[in-house]
Amino acid sequence: MSKPSELVQGTLDMLLLKILALEPLNGWAISLRLKQISGEVLGVSVGSLYPALHKLEQRGWIRAQWGSSANNRRARYYSLTRMGRKQLEKEAAAWNRLSDAITAIVNLREA
Amino acid sequence: MSFAEWFSSLRVRTRALFHRERAGQEIDDELRDHLEQQIAENLAAGMPAEEARTQALRALGGITQIREQCVEAKRFNAAEDFVEDLRYGLRQLRRNPGFSALALLCLILGIGANAAVFSWLEGVLFRPYPMVAHQERLVALAGTSRGESGATEIAWPDLLVVRESCTQCEAVFVSKITSSTLNIGARAEVTVGSIVSANYFEAIGVRPALGRGFEPSEEIGSNGHPVVVISNQLWRRRFHGDPNIVGKVQRLNNVPHTIIGVAPAGFYGTFVGWAMQFWVPASMEETFESGGYKLEDRGARWVEAYARLKPGVTRAQAQEEVSAIAVRLEREYPATNRGRGMRLWPLWATPFNNAGTLLPTLEIMIVVVAFVLLIACANVANLLLVRSFGRRQEMTVRLALGASRVRLLKQLLTETLILAALGTGGGLLVAWLSRHALVLLLPARSGVSMYLPGEIDWRVMMLNAGICLAVTLMVGLVPALQTRELQLADALRSEASAVVGARGRAWMRSGMIVFQVALSFILLVGAALLMESLEKIRTTSPGFSTTSVVQTGVSLVAAGYDAPRARDFQDELMDRVRAMPGVESAAYARLSPLGNGSYSSTPIAVDGYDVPLEDQPTVEYNQVGPDYFATLGIGLLTGREFTRNDNENAPLVAIVNRTMAVRFWRGEDPIGRRVKIKGGWARMVGVAADAKYESMREDPKPFFYVPLRQDFARGPVLYVRTTQPVRAVAEALVSQVHALDANVALYELLTLQEQVNRSTSPQLVAVTLVSLLGGLAVILAAVGLYGVISYSVAQSRRELGLRMALGADGPRLLRMVIGRGLRLTGAGILLGAAAGFVLTRMLGKLLFNVSPHDPVAFGSALAAMTIIAIAACLLPAWRATRINPTQVLRS
Repeated sequence: MSKPSELVQGTLDMLLLKILALEPLNGWAISLRLKQISGEVLGVSVGSLYPALHKLEQRGWIRAQWGSSANNRRARYYSLTRMGRKQLEKEAAAWNRLSDAITAIVNLREA
Repeated sequence: MSFAEWFSSLRVRTRALFHRERAGQEIDDELRDHLEQQIAENLAAGMPAEEARTQALRALGGITQIREQCVEAKRFNAAEDFVEDLRYGLRQLRRNPGFSALALLCLILGIGANAAVFSWLEGVLFRPYPMVAHQERLVALAGTSRGESGATEIAWPDLLVVRESCTQCEAVFVSKITSSTLNIGARAEVTVGSIVSANYFEAIGVRPALGRGFEPSEEIGSNGHPVVVISNQLWRRRFHGDPNIVGKVQRLNNVPHTIIGVAPAGFYGTFVGWAMQFWVPASMEETFESGGYKLEDRGARWVEAYARLKPGVTRAQAQEEVSAIAVRLEREYPATNRGRGMRLWPLWATPFNNAGTLLPTLEIMIVVVAFVLLIACANVANLLLVRSFGRRQEMTVRLALGASRVRLLKQLLTETLILAALGTGGGLLVAWLSRHALVLLLPARSGVSMYLPGEIDWRVMMLNAGICLAVTLMVGLVPALQTRELQLADALRSEASAVVGARGRAWMRSGMIVFQVALSFILLVGAALLMESLEKIRTTSPGFSTTSVVQTGVSLVAAGYDAPRARDFQDELMDRVRAMPGVESAAYARLSPLGNGSYSSTPIAVDGYDVPLEDQPTVEYNQVGPDYFATLGIGLLTGREFTRNDNENAPLVAIVNRTMAVRFWRGEDPIGRRVKIKGGWARMVGVAADAKYESMREDPKPFFYVPLRQDFARGPVLYVRTTQPVRAVAEALVSQVHALDANVALYELLTLQEQVNRSTSPQLVAVTLVSLLGGLAVILAAVGLYGVISYSVAQSRRELGLRMALGADGPRLLRMVIGRGLRLTGAGILLGAAAGFVLTRMLGKLLFNVSPHDPVAFGSALAAMTIIAIAACLLPAWRATRINPTQVLRS
């Protein structure tokens, strides 16, 4: 795999919600975490990270607050709202269903 | 979503919408932070400074682009969608001009009727006095008399007590209507104005445009301060807008008054219906009122007043205090105040002007216009339903493409909102155009400029905005709910789903037609009842002849005559009038029947039945001159008329009416008996037939007459029975009066028929308005019925074609289609009749001798509705017979 595959449409939102469900983070930290947990497989360009965060904020799923970052800079910290938590549950369930189905299909073909 | 979250998300959105710059700034900060972190990391990895920066920028991508995307994500989507829906909706309306025009017309008529009536309510009942401050706290103050329901006037000294001691009132002021002869140049004309307390202009917050208002001292004294503030209208019309008018002298009722001020333009005084032309202080009361100096007389009740309550005080609270004051006065001055109280009336029920007269009509109108609006809405909803059927495909495709149902609902509602908003705009225009229409419905009076404007202020606007939203929801939700039926699976199976959907829709459309017919049937019944009632009122005999008798007044009070001079003038004038060509007889009376004045009344005691004063029944009477009964055509059952010999030197006499004779003498001949009137014993000389005295709607009541000369009034009404046309009589009379005294003006001359019509004008207003709007409602309902029947004919062409092919002939199809329309109409009429049976009781106050359940009214409404329904179905039915069966069956 020479290039990280493009993130499946809509999955980014779920990943962001999942990351923020663990702890509130700022944008930079989120980008690091994304790389870390997805093992560089799901390459997320920083370019799409921020619009996605703002979209989630606009939908009321996450909320932003100004705080200071590790190196004492002003940074925007995002945290999950209650509505976001519900959305995450919903998306995770849908994802599980889909991936189960796909796995089943893939296995079927090999059998 | 918790409220806090919802709120915070709303905050984010609104902040982004209104502070896009600030939001942009925040994004910039955030991106810069990210960039710096990346640079720091790159540096830590050993890159040179320049390299670290370039790499970081590259990793982030185009900053401007990201920034834009972030801003985009934060846009207030709802507002954005709304604008888009608006644009789309307007395009849809333009695409179907026929539909749009018809829907708009219905809405404009429906909303316009409401807007007009609400603007009348506002301008006539709730905010009747332009420029007057704080009308929401203004109440009318009138007297009461124990055992009687109506309002009386108040004595000036009593009013002063209220003004001084009412702690809940911010201001108490007098405004008593009066009239005056105005001599400018050679012309004398009668005009109306107000006698006011000195605090008048201050209390209502109106500053004269020129000069000043009244000083506190100017309401004191007998004819003490001949000063006048004139209306802007009078100033412009009669004084040509003379800028140096203040300080000039004008004769009012022949007394020179100094003009001290000119009221601002747009101020019409404080009398609902009439525009006041001048204001004089209470000290000039003698010049304008009969009855002499009354400012220190608690027995003389002549004042009409208003009070403005302090903020937060309710009318009930103020009433308590005013009642307490009245009780105190009753205790302190039992001789004059026994049984007298005071009452505060809301402005819209003011008993002493046209507000009280128009109130019952306008109350009915609220219901009537609500009906018209509902009918119009049902029409528009039906139109939208038909259209939504055509747009089914579009909606389904949009749903399939991922539009949410809420989004579609919003779009449909936005389209309806556009219609409703345009309709409301048009409706307000209709209201504005008809703002002076009420005046047209009332008979004109000479010397009075009528002023009954509709007022379109922010309150009326808000109400109409509310109507607009209500209409949007009522009308828009109907087709919008239809999208609920849309199933994605049906997306392309349009044929099958269309039939199912159409059936649901047909049921809904039929339901709405039934509803429309029911509402318009009720209005038809109402209009029919009112018409019948008016007809009864107009054809009921008032008890006097209405043809060939004219009445007028001679303003001797206004011309400054005292009683002896007035007596001489009256005698001389009577001689001259009797000598006029064509005059059969002529007579004076203090008051005219069915006029505005109130009759004198007195406790009555009859010979042999001497009861204490408190228990004596009170009876009204009129003071009339010789030949009164002959002139008015009131029959004398027994006895004689008054003659010139029944004067101040002769023994007191009286003539009673039939009802009084029956009630007090039980059918025995009362001639020669005595009756105690105002403490003196008068001998009965005649019994007159019953007549109408105050209103055409009253039941026969006891009434009696005394000779004018034995209870003198300086300004009586003059009646002339003549064979000449009114105009000729008027000219002859004016020249006779002027020959005697050029300063004396004649009041308006009118036939007794006109007098009767005038007294029944509120009924005429009600009939006209209800018939007009009832007619409108029926037309709207007929349009609706036509639409539904045409549509069902168009829908069932196949079936009709088949029937034709199977041998059904034209008449049969015609009957079938019309039958369908009539079934709907019949259901509507049944519903309407049931509801109308209950609702027509609301007309109670306006009906005369007609039961609210009158079968004639219900019958004629039934006939009218049926004919209209058949007419509405005729065209679609005819179209059904023109269907070509081969063509239809082949397609």
